[in-house]
Amino acid sequence: METRSDAPTKSRALPMARSMCWHCQSEVTGEYLCGQCVKVQPLSKELDYFACFQLPRHLNVDEQQLERTFYELSRTFHPDFYSTKDDTEQTISLGNSAFLNTAYRTLKDPIQRAEYLIRLEAGAVKDIRSNPPGDLFEEILELQEDVETYQDMVQQGPSPESEQLREKLQQERIHLEERQAAMESALREKFHDWDRLQSEAEASNRHREEKTMVLREMQEILSNRTYVRSILTDLVETIGN
Amino acid sequence: MSRIVGIDLGTTNSLVAFMDNGSPRIIKGLNGESKVPSIVGMTDNGLIVGEPAKAHLVRDPSRTIYSVKRFMGKSLDDVKEELRYFPYRLHEKNGVIRIEVGGKSYSPPQVSAMILKDLKRRAEKHLKEEVTKAVITVPAYFNDSQRQATKDAGMIAGLEVLRIVNEPTAASLAYGLQKKTQGLIVVFDLGGGTFDVSILKLHEGIFEVLSTNGDTHLGGDDLDQRLVDIMVKDVLDRQGVEVDNNPELMQALRMEAERVKVRLSDEQTATAAIDLPQGRYEKAWSREELEQAVVHLVEKTLAPCRMALKDAGLTADQIDEVVLVGGSTRMPLVRQKVKELFGQDPHCELNPDEVVALGAAVQADILGGHTKDLLLLDVTPLSLGIETMGGVMSALIRRNTTIPTSAKEMFTTYVDGQTSVDIHILQGERELVKDNRSLARFQLKVPPLPAGVPRIEVNFLIDANGILNVTARDIRTGEAQTVQVKPTHGLSDDEVESMIRDSFQFAAEDIKARQVIEARNEANAIIAATEKALARGKDLIRDHEYQAIQRVLQQLRDVKATDDHRQIRAGIGEVEKVTHHLAEMLMDATLKEALEHKKLSEVVK
Repeated sequence: METRSDAPTKSRALPMARSMCWHCQSEVTGEYLCGQCVKVQPLSKELDYFACFQLPRHLNVDEQQLERTFYELSRTFHPDFYSTKDDTEQTISLGNSAFLNTAYRTLKDPIQRAEYLIRLEAGAVKDIRSNPPGDLFEEILELQEDVETYQDMVQQGPSPESEQLREKLQQERIHLEERQAAMESALREKFHDWDRLQSEAEASNRHREEKTMVLREMQEILSNRTYVRSILTDLVETIGN
Repeated sequence: MSRIVGIDLGTTNSLVAFMDNGSPRIIKGLNGESKVPSIVGMTDNGLIVGEPAKAHLVRDPSRTIYSVKRFMGKSLDDVKEELRYFPYRLHEKNGVIRIEVGGKSYSPPQVSAMILKDLKRRAEKHLKEEVTKAVITVPAYFNDSQRQATKDAGMIAGLEVLRIVNEPTAASLAYGLQKKTQGLIVVFDLGGGTFDVSILKLHEGIFEVLSTNGDTHLGGDDLDQRLVDIMVKDVLDRQGVEVDNNPELMQALRMEAERVKVRLSDEQTATAAIDLPQGRYEKAWSREELEQAVVHLVEKTLAPCRMALKDAGLTADQIDEVVLVGGSTRMPLVRQKVKELFGQDPHCELNPDEVVALGAAVQADILGGHTKDLLLLDVTPLSLGIETMGGVMSALIRRNTTIPTSAKEMFTTYVDGQTSVDIHILQGERELVKDNRSLARFQLKVPPLPAGVPRIEVNFLIDANGILNVTARDIRTGEAQTVQVKPTHGLSDDEVESMIRDSFQFAAEDIKARQVIEARNEANAIIAATEKALARGKDLIRDHEYQAIQRVLQQLRDVKATDDHRQIRAGIGEVEKVTHHLAEMLMDATLKEALEHKKLSEVVK
């Protein structure tokens, strides 16, 4: 697993929107609830999802820890616990809760997590764009034609030709699924590369070029995967399970 | 803080529950019944709800409304295929169905409000305090319009709806609390009109819904209808009677079908019988025959279960427990299919009719701030999106996203000086706008600027009720904009307002109907008590006295059938007067000193 600075969640060091309580104006330094009047405080708009869960910007995430923190923060912010409070507190709890849910969903899924990290880092790392998928593009174009031909054939009613094409598409589907799985494991490899660079670079700003490279490679895998996935979805819809 | 009740507003039956010293409890009616049939009848004396309305259904079907939940948040077009089954006429106004009954027309939320008011009254009578706040449950697969319609119904009934809770989730709350279960559970909820399946992770008081799926148009009603269809044809073949043209017979047959279906859960055979003008019709049903008739409907529940598993990223063998909810899960065939799919015996220890209302009461307790240990994290059942170029839906929030949740979208203009942008909100899983549910439309106001310059950020927020809230902000000026969302299949705020006013007016008329029912119930009780007393004390009184009592009893039986509560009350008074001596004699015979001067009805229970 990853190396992680093990900040206990109890320290409540989340960046909040304001440094003063919206209600009683007393100072709040990262507490969810004001120390004076116990009113819930809005989360900062600048808060990123990793920071929200007090995790370093690593791609291998301790899922149990993630879930634990999610449940803990849900118990703090969920609107159910603000039903008897005033309108402002209800609105803040709703906003915080919606943010928390989005953050959790994004970090829980490895693909979304990687996409999010690339978006986050894109500000610091220039020139991230997806390359055209080259040979893959050609292959998929051909496959799309086959799918359309098959759809037309089916409309005419089943025939030996349509059965034959269906068999071919079925093979293609297996092939593409393998391809998608390969891409995902390649992506996982990059997760380790990224995390290693992050850990080494935590103190200084070293490895910037290497990190940009990893991000770019991940971006490429992700966009190729998107192509494969969308054609797979079409394919499965056409030939059925 | 006043008490918050939990209400299960069902297609065929409704219940109300409250938290009684830390455990949820159903509030029962006078005769100990927990369910209120979701039926509303219009009589010459006003409105009747529940059990009395059920009796009214066979007598006067064109003025009795049942299964109104099927119409909530729907357009006429959505329900046209089943219209032939309903004995009343419908039309549509501003995208909302209106039910025509006795020269008036009512929206589905108004009819639901009548049921809610009855439950509210039941709760107030029991708790001896005013009830103004409630948690109401809906099928998990209900869309935004159906949820909003349920909230409107609460408002019309004079209830502040603190939360709309999904039925399977509510059930899991009651179940989890009782069983102290942890791990992955499936709630399989087949009710009167709807089917839901939800997969939850239970962990130290957190009830996290991982996925939900369902069919808002599949339930016990549909199974009954299959039996009715078969019998309608049978009646025609054997006795040449067209039941189709006779609403009274149709309703009688529908009730028989339900009775037979319920019986066949315990017995192997049951006989349906109704009286036709040409004589009696009887049909013997075997369980096998019933199962053959409905198996394709029961199997319709399986695809949503598989989909829910897939969306949760789970396989059937990972599920720790399967919980059955809803009256239709009493059917052995349903249990068998569930067992086949999940490879384990489903749990049905809790009463499947009551568990949803019990869970709603638990949620009410949480919202009241009385418990901090439990927390429900529910999801939105359907993807939410907006219409984009070419009639395609662009999804903003995916189905099975934990709520509350929000998505921001930036809008700009395509033409110089354009002053507004039209936005069409949709819900559903299909690619094209026309295949999804239209929720609402609104217009963004834009300052007249060159094309592409204005930047309006719209925030689509689904709250913890699963209901959409829209806000907009001009990024350039930072100014917020109020958004007037016009629901496609919902009542406007003004309409709800005027329906609340109407409901006060109806209330006066309804009192009359209720007085008749209450008097009739009392008459029934006193008749039964007197008959019992006569059987015991016949030898204690003289013959002429016996005859006199029999006479007033008969008078009361006759007058009880009328709709005049004063006359019924007078009849009750008469019986009490004439039986006074009998009561005394009975008391003498048993506990003379202690029971003197009591009424007969108080002595014999």
